[in-house]
Amino acid sequence: MADVTNLRTSAEAGLTKLFEVARMKFPTGVSIAREEAFRYFEAVGLPSRRVEAFKYTDLRAAMREAAPPSPVPAAEVVTAALAEAKGFAGLDAVRLTFVNGHLIAGASDLDRVPAGITVTTLNEALTNGDPLLDRLAPVAQTRENPIYQLNAAFMADGALIRVAKGAKVETPIHLRFVGTGATAFSTATRVLAVLEEEAEATFLESHEGPDAIAYQPNDALDVIIEDRARFHHTRLNVEGTAAVALSTIAARLGAQSHIETVNLVVGAVLSRHQIYLHFAGGNATAAVNGATMLGHGQLADSTLLADHAAVGGVSRELFKTVIDGDSTGVFQGKIIVEQIAQKTDGKMKSDCLLLSDDGQMMNKPELEIFADDVACGHGATCGALDDDLLFYLMARGLPKPQAESLLVQAFLGEAVEAVSHEGARAALITEVEAWLARRG
Amino acid sequence: MPAVQDTVDRVRAIDVDQYKYGFETTIEMEKSEKGVSEDVIRFISAKKDEPEWMLEWRLDAYRRWQTMKEPDWARVSYDKVDYDNIYYYAAPKRPAAMSLDEIDPEILKTYEKLGIPLREVEVLEGIAPERRVAVDAVFDSVSVATTFKAELSKAGVIFMPISEAIREYPDLVKKYLGSVVPVTDNFFATLNSAVFSDGSFVYIPPGVRCPMELSTYFRINERDTGQFERTLIIADKDSYVSYLEGCTAPKRDDNQLHAAVVELVALDDAEIKYSTVQNWYPGDNDGKGGIYNFVTKRGDCRGKNAKISWTQVETGSAITWKYPSCILRGDNSRGEFYSIAVSNGMQQVDSGTKMIHLGKNTTSRIISKGISAGRSQNTYRGLVSAHKKASNARNFTNCDSLLIGDQCGAHTVPYIESKNASAVFEHEATTSKISEDQMFYCQQRGLTNEEATALIVNGFVRDVLQQLPMEFAVEAQKLISISLEGSVG
Repeated sequence: MADVTNLRTSAEAGLTKLFEVARMKFPTGVSIAREEAFRYFEAVGLPSRRVEAFKYTDLRAAMREAAPPSPVPAAEVVTAALAEAKGFAGLDAVRLTFVNGHLIAGASDLDRVPAGITVTTLNEALTNGDPLLDRLAPVAQTRENPIYQLNAAFMADGALIRVAKGAKVETPIHLRFVGTGATAFSTATRVLAVLEEEAEATFLESHEGPDAIAYQPNDALDVIIEDRARFHHTRLNVEGTAAVALSTIAARLGAQSHIETVNLVVGAVLSRHQIYLHFAGGNATAAVNGATMLGHGQLADSTLLADHAAVGGVSRELFKTVIDGDSTGVFQGKIIVEQIAQKTDGKMKSDCLLLSDDGQMMNKPELEIFADDVACGHGATCGALDDDLLFYLMARGLPKPQAESLLVQAFLGEAVEAVSHEGARAALITEVEAWLARRG
Repeated sequence: MPAVQDTVDRVRAIDVDQYKYGFETTIEMEKSEKGVSEDVIRFISAKKDEPEWMLEWRLDAYRRWQTMKEPDWARVSYDKVDYDNIYYYAAPKRPAAMSLDEIDPEILKTYEKLGIPLREVEVLEGIAPERRVAVDAVFDSVSVATTFKAELSKAGVIFMPISEAIREYPDLVKKYLGSVVPVTDNFFATLNSAVFSDGSFVYIPPGVRCPMELSTYFRINERDTGQFERTLIIADKDSYVSYLEGCTAPKRDDNQLHAAVVELVALDDAEIKYSTVQNWYPGDNDGKGGIYNFVTKRGDCRGKNAKISWTQVETGSAITWKYPSCILRGDNSRGEFYSIAVSNGMQQVDSGTKMIHLGKNTTSRIISKGISAGRSQNTYRGLVSAHKKASNARNFTNCDSLLIGDQCGAHTVPYIESKNASAVFEHEATTSKISEDQMFYCQQRGLTNEEATALIVNGFVRDVLQQLPMEFAVEAQKLISISLEGSVG
């Protein structure tokens, strides 16, 4: 293949300019890491399809221009935006509200944080040099990811959340991200959750924003789950119709710890959700699910890296994608079993349902195994709705659209049911139903 | 679960140290100058007495190759080849032989030692294997003998070295050469297009079932040479051919390059079965020496109901970079890929297949078994794709890997791309899903899950491997008898 040197795109040049301005304004905490992250990004640029990890999601082509970081929005803008916010609304939760990537204290429950939890805003932490900052970026592989490194360079706000040793927090923490504006903007938020030994907590995340505006959120959630701690996480992507939404969750698992993370994707014209799991302690378990519903012109990419670096880890991944219109689904999953990670049990599955003639699904489930005493497997299927099942339902009097909806619901249900928080699960099911209703 | 002792012993028994074909033949050779240049290409072309168009084709490939970069996406690492330090052409000095008696006795001895029947008489009298196989023997850069040519031509089958075909059947060669693997397909294929020296050409006319198996046996002998063979097989309408390929090389401390291109074309209702037992010298236990096997193999099911089946048993080579593929262009066409890749010592294998569904009702099946031992790395890399018009495409993929010892690695990198809603793709890594009916049948008769699985997969693969000549079959049988116990996806 010819050796091609990519010219810098307008978006790349724009990001460099934006960084030069932004770096002056950030508080000094992590400024070295910020510089390093941006230098990394500058060196590799926006990934095109020539980069293996972005083979199906060409960010270089999708991000023509770099949108400027949004300033802190005015109070009345915040009020108007929040009045319409729907994500996990009505659920009893401790809310941390971000509007255009900035933590809005007035719309957050900072004063009613449950016992056992401490919350520091990222801004505060950066200004005061909080020791927790040292624990950011808990998974090494993220350092070679341009999306995560862009977030590291530009992170403007967020929170550091510590769940104390042994604390079992019932009320979920809801990270509510709301975008608003009439022109394109970008956001970069970083949340770090540290669950100390034997702690247990539930995190909800919702992402929404204006339709038809090409805004560019880039959110990262770092999670450190210490020995025997349990972390439950449900994420809802109902971003606006023109958003290019990038996100990462990077979790480090201690011995016998557990993570459950479920991501439901409905929104954004292009979304890429990256999941990094690092099994640092032995016998940790992970349940990672994804449910994606796509319509006209959308592309959704779920990229997973599960790195088993300790004995006896168990990981279960289940991704369900429903493709309608001319949309594209992407699943890239990689299970690494390092030489010391004997007795690892990893199972990964990606199923896709193609409802239209113009949709497409790209699956790439990888295994990289260096230990001999393991049970690892992966499966991928792709196809249309089963005619026999449709016939069965229609023979019992259901009109075709309803029969289809029922089957799609059952298909996605498997991934959504894993959510252990009842309210969150119900909210996801409501989203599935709403999508099907819109489809008609 | 870890591999059982029996399995470990069996794999040890086919250890790299026991490479049986590592001897060297001392013979006077004629070589081109070292390195590749337009002059060297002109030299090769002149040696082969080629028409002008062929030389132009080569030179065009060479110019394009100079602008290309060696691919680095495969999961293999090796000292880069110094393309200026190898001979691109090496041939025994004796003039081309008209009959076996004229061939250098040293070469005959070599093939005897390798167990390759070059004497038709012996074969006919049943001294050598019972099955009759026509052989094209390629020694470094040239074909030294092709057997049963006369009998085959009675059936209308053309089986000859490609250099001869270029002279005798230029229209056929012109029409099909480079039509499956384009000149600029990839770095190694382009290099091959520029400097290929010999290989086999097969044409099966319409309605003919090739009366015997065809085979080519490749031997690299000379030091510091690369082997760049080119094989072109055309199965015209409603014909059938089974083709076998074997390869060995002497034990040497330095690496040698083998960059072949194989093109298969199956027209309406035709079937091509292509089997390989690849046993190039794999290098010693510390990874010294061995062949770099960078091969482009592709079949094109150009007509409706065409079928192409690849079977490969891969045990040799220091580095393997090889993806025999099928383009399923004709409606109702079918592609198959059965592979057993065993790596040991310091070997690195990155192999798999591509099934590209373009036509309607096309089906494909991939069965791949990777076994890694020692400090080797064994990767399956495969693509299954359905294009927009490939309605009702079906694929079933099953890849198992087995690790023996904790110093090796087994990797799976499948790409599954579907652009058609009626296409159904299944990619399975768990062996229990092969066929529940068959499993049930076996289990009912008292076999355990493991035994039943092994029986089904082995039976399945064996069926294809039994097509191989005896010399190959022995080795292959050893490999297949390795149980599936402890396998991972």
